[in-house]
This record gives sequence, structure tokens and C-alpha cells, in this order.
Amino acid sequence: MKPVDFDYERPATLDAALKLLGREDLNAKPLAGSQSLGPMLNLRLVQPELLVDITAIPELASIREEKGFLVLGACVTHAALEDGGTPDPTRGVLARVAAGIAYRAVRNRGTVGGSLAHADPAADWVSVLAALGADVVVARTGGRRTVPAKDFIRGTFETALGPGELVVEIRIPALSANARWGYAKICRKAGEFSHATGVVLIDPARKFARAVIGAVSGPPIVVDDAKIAERDPGEAWVSALFAGTPLGDDAYQIRIHHVALKRAIAEARAP
Amino acid sequence: MAEGMGVGAAVRRREDERLLKGRGRFTGDIALVGMKDIALVRSPLAHARIRAIRVPPEHQGAVFTWADLAKGGVKPIRAVSGLPGFKISDQPPLADGKVRFVGEPVAACVGRTRAEAEDIAALVEIDFEELPVNADTLESARAPKSKIHDHWSDNLFLEADTVVGDIETIAASAPIKVSRQIRMARQCMVPLEGKGVVAVWERQAEQLTVHTSTQMPHIVRQGLAECLGVDQGLIRVIAPDVGGGFGWKGLLQAEEVIAAWLARALDHPVRWTEDRREHLVAAANAREHRYDITAYADATGRLLGLDARVLVDAGAYSAYPFSACLEVGQVGSILPGPYDFAHYRCHAVSVCTNKPPIVPYRGVARTGVCFAIEQIMDAIAGAVGREPHEVRLLNLVPPEKMPFVNVTKKHFDSGDYPESMRRAVAAIDLAGIRKRQKKGEADGRRIGLGLAIYCEQAGHGTAVYHGWGIPMVPGHELAQARITPDGGIEIRVGLQSHGQSMETTLAQVAHQVLGVDISKIKVVHGDTGLTPFSTGTWGSRAAVMGGGAVAAACKVLVERATKIGAHLLQAKPGDAKFENGFVRAGLGHVPLAEIARVWYRAPQLLPSDVDPGGLDVTAGYKPKSDQGTFSYASHAVVVAVDTETGAVEILDYVVVEDAGVMLNPMVVEGQVLGGIAQGIGTALYEEVPFDAEGQPLASTFADYLVPGFPEIPPIRIVHMTTPSPLTEFGQKGIGEGGAIAPPAAICNAINDALKPLGATLTDTPMSPKRVFAAIAAAVPPVGGPTNGRRVTPLGVHSHDDSLAAGNKP
Ligand SMILES: Cc1cc2nc3c(=O)[nH]c(=O)nc-3n(C[C@H](O)[C@H](O)[C@H](O)COP(=O)(O)OP(=O)(O)OC[C@H]3O[C@@H](n4cnc5c(N)ncnc54)[C@H](O)[C@@H]3O)c2cc1C
Repeated sequence: MKPVDFDYERPATLDAALKLLGREDLNAKPLAGSQSLGPMLNLRLVQPELLVDITAIPELASIREEKGFLVLGACVTHAALEDGGTPDPTRGVLARVAAGIAYRAVRNRGTVGGSLAHADPAADWVSVLAALGADVVVARTGGRRTVPAKDFIRGTFETALGPGELVVEIRIPALSANARWGYAKICRKAGEFSHATGVVLIDPARKFARAVIGAVSGPPIVVDDAKIAERDPGEAWVSALFAGTPLGDDAYQIRIHHVALKRAIAEARAP
Repeated sequence: MAEGMGVGAAVRRREDERLLKGRGRFTGDIALVGMKDIALVRSPLAHARIRAIRVPPEHQGAVFTWADLAKGGVKPIRAVSGLPGFKISDQPPLADGKVRFVGEPVAACVGRTRAEAEDIAALVEIDFEELPVNADTLESARAPKSKIHDHWSDNLFLEADTVVGDIETIAASAPIKVSRQIRMARQCMVPLEGKGVVAVWERQAEQLTVHTSTQMPHIVRQGLAECLGVDQGLIRVIAPDVGGGFGWKGLLQAEEVIAAWLARALDHPVRWTEDRREHLVAAANAREHRYDITAYADATGRLLGLDARVLVDAGAYSAYPFSACLEVGQVGSILPGPYDFAHYRCHAVSVCTNKPPIVPYRGVARTGVCFAIEQIMDAIAGAVGREPHEVRLLNLVPPEKMPFVNVTKKHFDSGDYPESMRRAVAAIDLAGIRKRQKKGEADGRRIGLGLAIYCEQAGHGTAVYHGWGIPMVPGHELAQARITPDGGIEIRVGLQSHGQSMETTLAQVAHQVLGVDISKIKVVHGDTGLTPFSTGTWGSRAAVMGGGAVAAACKVLVERATKIGAHLLQAKPGDAKFENGFVRAGLGHVPLAEIARVWYRAPQLLPSDVDPGGLDVTAGYKPKSDQGTFSYASHAVVVAVDTETGAVEILDYVVVEDAGVMLNPMVVEGQVLGGIAQGIGTALYEEVPFDAEGQPLASTFADYLVPGFPEIPPIRIVHMTTPSPLTEFGQKGIGEGGAIAPPAAICNAINDALKPLGATLTDTPMSPKRVFAAIAAAVPPVGGPTNGRRVTPLGVHSHDDSLAAGNKP
């Protein structure tokens, strides 16, 4: 379990990083917290020629507020969000979710951008950022574009990223003062990836009520429907939702996804 | 005597000074000049013939196969058993023409670094001819798809029958009959430190030095000499710090043979370090048992007879030295547990499958056996409508019958089993829990209380082992004790301490006899070059055997020192006595340090008839009977079951245990707690499932779940102390105990919680998915508990493949 030989660069600017990642003559990969990439390298599931460590680029580590948005640099760690001390227009969602990811040692290094780019459907940010209606800003040499978080993950370990593209920031719209939310993650032990995730967000002032069913076989299922987000739709509804997917025949998966959703709804409704 | 250093004192672990600071020295910390790393090409298939192995021309000379080893005189690992009908399997350290499990080593690649060795390994191509795979235990036993060892008639290592009394008559007349089909999953032992070997041929010493992460250096030396075909004198085995073993390091490993041979053949040091993936794949080697068990009882719940058919999945080879007979041998002899009954029949089969060879894991067969019999005791309680502890109290061997010879001729040495059960029930507050259950939980979960009791034969020796005819029979345990010229003490034992705290506890024993401050007592262990022979640290034997041997050697020192001291005090030897490190006679006294000074540096002052052996002795020890001490414990646990998701949370855990006289109570508690953590792993988390092709489905910690700190609840330990009449200080072995009862206690607790739903779990691990499935398939009970004849258990099994009927799963 040792990686293949690779080269390593740690550029100090975004431009330099994008240039390295844009090289077509070699297989380069960005490295953020290494919490997912590290194991993949050791198992030789990825065999890059060059690793571009993006954690020395100041703008990727910044957190700032901008006209109704919280903007997270891609390399903001789970631990930074867990510890708070930064503006949080999400009414506690970020800190709560961050604190439930893995163990502190992983959170110290793991990043929000890395989490999205790794695209494990069970990852917490994948579901939560979709629920928050966040946008993912990606860049390559000579261009930037924005992808809604709910469309960023295309499938298991598949994203909307093109060749040479890097996640640079995540823009999270601020919640209104009377917004309510609920979050439930079902796993077998502390620090484990989710087996079923439910996220509910109700923001009457911004006129939306959303439920997300995550840790499924692909991108999270986002349901913009007050009827669902406000009242438990029942197990049969989840079963129908999963019909024809790889989870469709699995009574246990249907059960725990329903329970996660139900618990998120109950939390959002709680006074 | 300096208070608080001898037997019974909670002396802090001396080994922690280095270990807690990360300053231990493990095989991975050893760096020798010119050392190269080994990476193994392991079989990706569970059963196949090897047609060809292709090594790229540029790596010829860096890749070794069985052909090279065989040419070099290496013989396969062979662990025989003398039990009638046992079939012998030869395990070539590198596959010889055939692979029999996924992860079996096929070629060894040597590189300057492990990464380079892995690069080479990735280029080795093997041409396989796939053979039908025997992945399932029952199928391999009843309807094998192929023969795993071509010269065998079937896939069975051994079938063993134990029959006592007349079970048929009991079966025909007993008012109560309960049956269960029970399964324990295959597990890995996952010590923090994996296996590791560093081997070097040392010219000056003309010796092959093998640093290896082992529990039994002397047995590894013996096994290596047999496989390499060299004299034992040519080999020195050193176990440096060993980061946990649990049985996985209680064997001769193929990798040890490979590394030892390569070091000599290549004439440079080599290292192999097990990585976690290798461990989870190639060392998925423990626990897998299946029980089809029936108990007969009278209407009060008194156990009349027990009838069981048991399959042990022994994997592809017989591991050295315990062999593929150990677990079935244990199952047959200890299934009756701590209970007193007369009629017993057990048919136990050691089945060969295309999986890694089974190795005894902490508790060995006792964990499975306890899981089976303790479920059956609860089933009897349910059938007669009594509390589970009441039925146990009816059947446990009572203290007035001690010492007691049970139905399988086990000699229970001492103890009060019923009292430990009563105290456990009181400590867990059974009455309070029953009330709480009636009221229900605010969060909708169901709570349940579970009990389990076992007794653990430990430190057993020749009397037990010689009958099995395996490559190792423990005899007398030896220890060396030496007084240094400045009055310090050196203790040398062939045991190996890898978490048992022997550097502390054996020093306490020496202190107890010699009175020397333990800061001046050094314990040397785990090195065949420095210590007397021992079969090593396994079977909860070190406190009993090592403790006894160290005391014996120190007593000889006392005798010799007393004689010299008396002479120095100008007293008759009979008038002098040894006390707390001094020889006293009349009003005079002389300290041990002075006696040592005289022996080493002023021999002119010694008496003329002094023992010329001096202050350096090797002594041996065997308990009064080596049938083993029987420690025991009652475990009581309260769980909350989320019936929606199947999640189980442990709310309270009580252990009432009797280790006899504790050499060090803190160490005993540490052993109990660590064992329970592993037992909780067995109960709720750990499993390597295999698919029909024999592929292990949990090859990283993402899929192989081990409990972490958050999953281990606070555990309350209550001590009872019944000294063993057999041992030096009254101590009993307890090293494995913690890992024995948790699966049984937790299973009973879950079933108690689910009783109103009619759901029953019988298999490990009791994962949320299994709990969910059991609830989904449950048939709720009608009315109250059932009484009378022929009661079959309510609820479901996640399998209905009766061993008796021989159905396929
Ligand atoms: C034991 C353990 C438990 C865990 N449990 C959880 C859990 O419960 N919930 C959860 O959500 N996660 C969990 N994780 C994953 C963790 O959150 C990781 O931090 C995360 O998946 C990856 O972030 P990283 O910064 O470490 O990325 P890296 O490992 O460095 O990179 C991951 C992938 O993303 C790419 N990448 C990284 N940054 C960027 C970028 N800015 N733009 C484009 N591509 C990029 C890399 O090339 C690589 O392919 C766990 C991890 C471990 C080791």
C-alpha cells in the first residue's frame, strides 16, 4: 500500500496551480487535505504523475461575506467551520455538519472543496450544500464558471469538473432570520460516512422549502416541495422515489433513508 | 518491604514510559544497513492452479517463487494433529502450483523501498486456471465444489465426537426442548501494529537473526528451523515491542519463513511489513463457527442434556503450531460452559474452505461457545417463563461442589459462579430495568437486558495439550533470575509481553519474593538468545506460568543469598532468615546488595561450601495440576434498540469477574476492558463477508468496522477473589476473558428488547441491517411465555440451513 512515484508541487498562487493542472503532457491531480486522495494513492486506485498541493494558496483558504452570500474558499477545512468564529449566515448549519464529519484528525485537514471534488455521494457537504442552494465556482487557466451544488456531483466519484479545472470557492446564500433546518445522518459508528442522509431547509421569507435525500447511489435527491419538507411523506414515498435505482429493492436502505428524512423534518419543525 | 510494589499492588505500567511517548521499538522501527523491503504478490483468486508465473526480464533476481525456495531446501509449513482422522495440509510459504485462498502469497518481490517492491510486484503476471471455490462452510462440508487438497477424500480436517451419558433417552423424555441455529462471522484480529519481520544473516555470530512481531519467539524459532531445514542454534528470534497480538502473532507465518530464507539467500537484511489491506484480506482468519444446538430441560429450567452439531471454518491450511484441530477440540470440550449437567453430545467438524487458515483469537473457541450456550440458556428461560438469571442459578456449578469435574472432565478449580451472577444482576439493577421496560422509553427505542457467564480455562499445560498431538506441548515454564553485582535483579523469561504488562507484573512477583525495589528489577523477554525456552504468551498463561516460574527462580536466589548472608553474620544458616531484601540473624542484618558484592567481588569472604552456581539461576515451574485455572465472569448489559433503524446502543455494562489473586488489579482491569472492546466488535461490528467466489468483501476499514472510543460504553468492573488452589499466589489467567462474553450478553440483551416483537437474533455481528431483518421477519408472540413440551423458539433466523439436515443455505 504505497503510492506509485509522483512529483509534487506546492504553488503559492492560483494561476500557478491552474497552469500546472492544465498541462496536457502529464497526469496532474490537485491535492487538498489528502484525506480521501491519500488512501486512493496508497491503494493505487489513482496513479498521478504530479500532485499539485493547493493548500498554500491564500485565497483558497479564505472565508468572506459578500452581499447575501457566504463565500468559502475551496480549502477551508471542516475543522475551521466546526470551530466557528467566522460569520455564519446559515444559522448554525455549517458548524453542526462539520462537527459530524469523520474524526477531528480528519477534519483538521479535510476540505470542503476536496469533499465536493471527491464526489462520494455519502459525503456530508454533497447533500448539505445542495440543500443550502450553494453554487460551486470552478476555474481553469483563462476562465471561471459557476455550477449549482446540486448539479456538481454527476454520479459516484463523478463531477462536473472538466480537465484542468479546480474548485475555487463555494457561495452559500444567507438564510433568512426565521429559516429552519434539520439534518440527520445515519451511520453505524462515530466518524463513519453516512449510510443515509436527510436534510430539510425551510425559509419562508425566501419562499422555499426543500428536502434532500442523500447518501444514495448518485447525486443527492433534491425535492423542492413544502408538502414533503414540512410533513413526513411516509416510507412508501421514499420507496417510490427509489424505484428503479440500485437502492430500489433494498428494504433496509429505503427504511433508513426514510428515517433520516423524517428526523430531519422533525428537527426543522421543532420549536 | 516497600509497600505497594508486590503481588496485588496496582503498580503503574513501566512499559508505558516509552510506549505512550511513541518511543517503543517495533519491527517497523528497525533499520539495518543494506536492508531491502519485501512486497508479496498475493493470489487474487480463492482457488486456482498456477499455470505460469511471468517475471519481467529486468526484474529477474528480485522476484522469488516457491521454485526458488524449494530449490533452497525450504519445506512447507506443516501443523499436524495426533487426533484420529486428522488430515494433514502442507502450506508452502509461497504457493506451490495451486492457490487456496485470496491473499495467499505467490511471489516475493524485493526492492530498495516497499514502494519499489510494490512496483515490481505489480509487473509480475500469473496465469491461473480457476477452480471451483468452496467459500461456504456448510457447502464445503456437505457438497464440496472441488477438493481443496487434492489427496484428501473430502474437505474436512477433522470430525470429533464427544458423547457423555445418554442424550437420546433425555431427548425422548425431557419436557422442554429448545433449539437454535447460531453463527459467528469470520473476523480479523486487527492489532494496532500489524505483523512485521526483519531478518538478517549475521556473519560474526553465524546466525540468522529474525526480528519478528510475535507472541512466541521460541516456537517461531522451532518452526523456522523445521521449514528452513537448519539447526535451531543457527536461528535467533527477537520480538521487539509488539503492538498487540490477540493470536494473530501466535503462529509461524509464511512471511517469516520467506523473509528468513531471503535474508540468507540474498545476504542482506530484508523486511516485510504487513499493511492493513494485507491484514484484512489475508488474515481474515478468526471466529467463524456455526452451531446447531438443542438443549433439554425439565419444567423448572434445569438443564438435562445438550446436543450440538458444530462446524468450525478452518480455512485452507492447518496453521502452525495450534493446527486446524484446536478450535473443534475446544468446542467439544468446553461447550457445556460453567453448568452442571450429565448428558452431552457434540459433533464438531473442522472444515477446510478457500479462506485464510483459522488462528486462535483471544478467547479462541470460547467466544463462539459462550455465544451458543448463553443463547440457549435464555431460550430455556423463555420456554419455562422464568428470568434468565434464575435459570442460570439453577444450573451453575455451586461453590460447595468445588473443585468440580464437569461433564467433559474439566477440572474447575475454585470459585462461586452463582454469586458472580447474583452480583451482576444486582449491579445492573434488573428490577429497575424491568420497570423501565414496562414504562417504555421516551424516544421510542426498546431497551433490553442481557446476561452471559463463562468460565475460562487458562494456563493449561501438558495434561491438556499432549492429547492433541500438535507441534507444541507446553511443559514446565522456565525463568531465569539473577542478582547483578550491585544488588539489582534481572529476570529473563521466554514469554513475550505484547500488552500484558509483564515488564511490570513479573517485576512485582520478583519484588514479592526478594523485596528489592521494582525500579531495580529488570524483566527481559521475547528473545531466544537471552531467555530460557517457553511456548510463549497465549492461552492466558503468562500470569500463572510466568508468575510461578519467576517466583520459583527468585526463591532459589533467596535460599542461596540466605546461606551467604548467614555466613557473613556468623550465624548458622538455620538461624538466618530472608526478609524484604535482607538476611537477618539475631540483631544483625545484611542487605542483598552486600551479599551480591561479596559473591561477585569478594569471594574470599564466602563460606567454603557455598553453592558455586551463585546468584544466577534458572528454575522451572508447573502448577500443582496443569489442567488449568478457571477464572470466570458474569457480564450484564443493557442496550437500547432503535427498532426503526436497527441501531443498538449499549447503555450500561457490568462485569463481575474472579481472577483469583490479582498480581496487579489495574492490569487485570485493563485486560478485561480491552477484551470487552473486542467482544463488542464481535457482537456489533466486525465481519469479513465472502462472496461465492471466496472474495473477501471488507478489505479496508471503511468496510471492516471496528469499534472506536465512542462505541465503547463506560464499563463497571466488580472483582471477586477466590484464590486458585493450584497456583503460586492463587492467581488465575484472565487475559482472554473480556473478549468471551460480550457477543452472548449483547445478543441476549437485544433479544430481550425485541421479545415483545417476536424477533430473535442469532448471528454476529448484530448489525443494524440484521436487527432490521429480524424485526421485519418476526412473528409477534401470542399471549405470554409458552409452557410445556416441545417449545421451539419464536422469531426468525437469518438463515435456516440446519446442520443436521444438511440443507444448503
Ligand atoms: C476516516 C475518514 C472518515 C471520513 N468520514 C467522512 C464523513 O463522515 N463525511 C464526509 O463528508 N467525509 C468524510 N471523510 C472524507 C473527508 O471529509 C475528506 O476530507 C474529503 O472527502 C476530501 O477532502 P480533502 O480536502 O481531504 O481532499 P483530498 O483528499 O486532498 O482530495 C480528494 C479529491 O478531490 C480532488 N480535489 C481536492 N481539492 C480540489 C479542488 N479544490 N478542486 C478540484 N479537485 C480537488 C483531489 O484531486 C482528489 O481527487 C472521511 C475521511 C476519512 C479518512
